[in-house]
Amino acid sequence: MAARALINVPPTAKRGEIVVIKALISHEMESGFRPNAVGQLIPRNIIKEFVCTYNGVEVFRAEFFSAISANPFLSFTTVATESGTVTMTWKGDNGFFATESVAIAVE
Amino acid sequence: MRIGHAAAALTILAGIVPAGAEIATAQRKSGYDFMARTTQAMQDGDTSNPGMLWVLDGAALWDRKAGAANRSCADCHGDAPTSMKGVAARYPEFNATLGRPINIEQRINLCRADRQQAKPLPYESKDLLALTAFVARQSRGQPIAIAEDEPTRRSVETGRAAFVRRQGQLNLSCAQCHDDNWSGRLAGNPLTQGQPTGYPIYRLEWQSLGSLQRRLRNCLTGMRAEAPALGAQELVDLELYLMSRARGMPIETPAVRP
Repeated sequence: MAARALINVPPTAKRGEIVVIKALISHEMESGFRPNAVGQLIPRNIIKEFVCTYNGVEVFRAEFFSAISANPFLSFTTVATESGTVTMTWKGDNGFFATESVAIAVE
Repeated sequence: MRIGHAAAALTILAGIVPAGAEIATAQRKSGYDFMARTTQAMQDGDTSNPGMLWVLDGAALWDRKAGAANRSCADCHGDAPTSMKGVAARYPEFNATLGRPINIEQRINLCRADRQQAKPLPYESKDLLALTAFVARQSRGQPIAIAEDEPTRRSVETGRAAFVRRQGQLNLSCAQCHDDNWSGRLAGNPLTQGQPTGYPIYRLEWQSLGSLQRRLRNCLTGMRAEAPALGAQELVDLELYLMSRARGMPIETPAVRP
């Protein structure tokens, strides 16, 4: 099954208002430090980068490392400037790629 | 770590009250009430609760055709929010054909075998957890309503007997922690009453969703007792007893626990 994401962006906001954006994605975040049942290291499989753009402009970026939990959850803020689309992208090991877009209406 | 746990357990037991009765109805508390505010907030939001990832997977599985019968859950049961409402609050339920109580996971696998003619899903597999979480989610807020008929009562008594029986190398019973000392702490963590209100739960320690039986086996291992295999009747009886003990408390599935 493809990665599943849960996004929380307020559907409407007042111009200039600070809005909270929350993003949760399903990912095992295998650290690369754990041995398997026969003592060999399980290869690392993590998300490495998260980028959020608002109408094409980058508003938030995060780098992930091995110590980040499975199914990572991010919460951050931005200023509602105009109506448009908030797009989130996750990239990681083994070609992992996921993207989600939500509309926000600014009045 | 293990030895630390054992030492803490012994410290607690040193000041133990004589084996008491069940917790009074007014004093019952969900594991939710023992959690930090941040963990509670995580559970409360449908976009911050990681258990919802499994619920969404379960919703997709509900509509997917499976097995030789090429039938989906929805083909028989229709709209889950209507047909599955309150179902999880009644399980484990006594099954007259089998002559024993079965839990939701087993009910789903019975449906798969009989109606869909599909292979049963392995216990604790992602798909079975997802379907269970999806079905149980439809009962959120519903009071636990285990039947009070005679065959159910017999199994509840079997479960209660296992709950109060001392076992394992530490010679502990479930009741010593979860009936008699639930207001205390074990190695810094709240003991809690062991009310099974939110299963399957997303446990932060597991970094994943897990069933009540996984949790029970977890406790039994901590007591250094021999844990029955997943799906064993002893564990179903214990599940049934715990659910009857939590009768009337609201279902929280999918709960988040530390």
